Amino acid sequence: MKSQQKDYAQISKSNYKSYVFETSPKSSHWKNMIWAFLIGGLICVVGQLLIALFIKLGLDKEMSSTLASSVLVALAAITTGIGIYDRLGRFAGAGSTIPITGFSNAIVAPAIEFRSEGLIYGIGAKMFTVAGPVIVNGVSVAVIIALLTALFGG
Amino acid sequence: MELALALLKAFVVGGLICVIGQLLIDYTHLTNGKILVIFLVAGAILQAFGLYEYLIKFAGAGASVPISGFGYALVKGAVESVKEMGPIGAFVGGLKATAIGISTAIVFGYAVALIFKPRTKEM
Repeated sequence: MKSQQKDYAQISKSNYKSYVFETSPKSSHWKNMIWAFLIGGLICVVGQLLIALFIKLGLDKEMSSTLASSVLVALAAITTGIGIYDRLGRFAGAGSTIPITGFSNAIVAPAIEFRSEGLIYGIGAKMFTVAGPVIVNGVSVAVIIALLTALFGG
Repeated sequence: MELALALLKAFVVGGLICVIGQLLIDYTHLTNGKILVIFLVAGAILQAFGLYEYLIKFAGAGASVPISGFGYALVKGAVESVKEMGPIGAFVGGLKATAIGISTAIVFGYAVALIFKPRTKEM
């Protein structure tokens, strides 16, 4: 430990990254992957169950899929509010961030955290700290791709 | 039986997509926001060549629930409305196709933030 600290006695821009990398606690990659697989898979299973339900209710496949994702988004918002989703995220890792529920969590968590700063600059602005980049990049890429397919006849 | 198979496919494919994300997080130390954008753009680009569609047909929610499915929906919507209304459709279809999800996230996010107080993060 002592020698490790000595190595990084002077933290500069160049060695900061490796310093953080070496001193942050290591978690088992295998364990992380298994949790990500299980939780991510389970969230998709819930989505698939919702799709089956909506199809049974007479909706078409595409609308069922869209609605299923929206229900997951709503559920994630509520479980984030109660504090369950973030607890799940601690061991599920990517299993809870990659599904659309993670997108919802990324909107709701900062909204709650910054509500003391007001409805407009607190909740209204901070909601989009992660969702903003996602929507900005997603829409831009989609418009460019669609224009290219229009040009080249898809 | 058909449902059981659909659920199994959704579980395996959805789980595997999350494992790829976990590998990225563990080995590159990218932040969550960047991971989300990478997956979204990856889904969008795969759909540009019509490839993500196959994954959706095979795995259903296993492909549509991960954020890459959001990128897929954006591109699919935009390309479809280009076919309907010409180049201007590129600016219409993407958000139209994803409007329910985004609106739900905003409205529920707002409501939840008004109802719940921030909690101190227990370690």
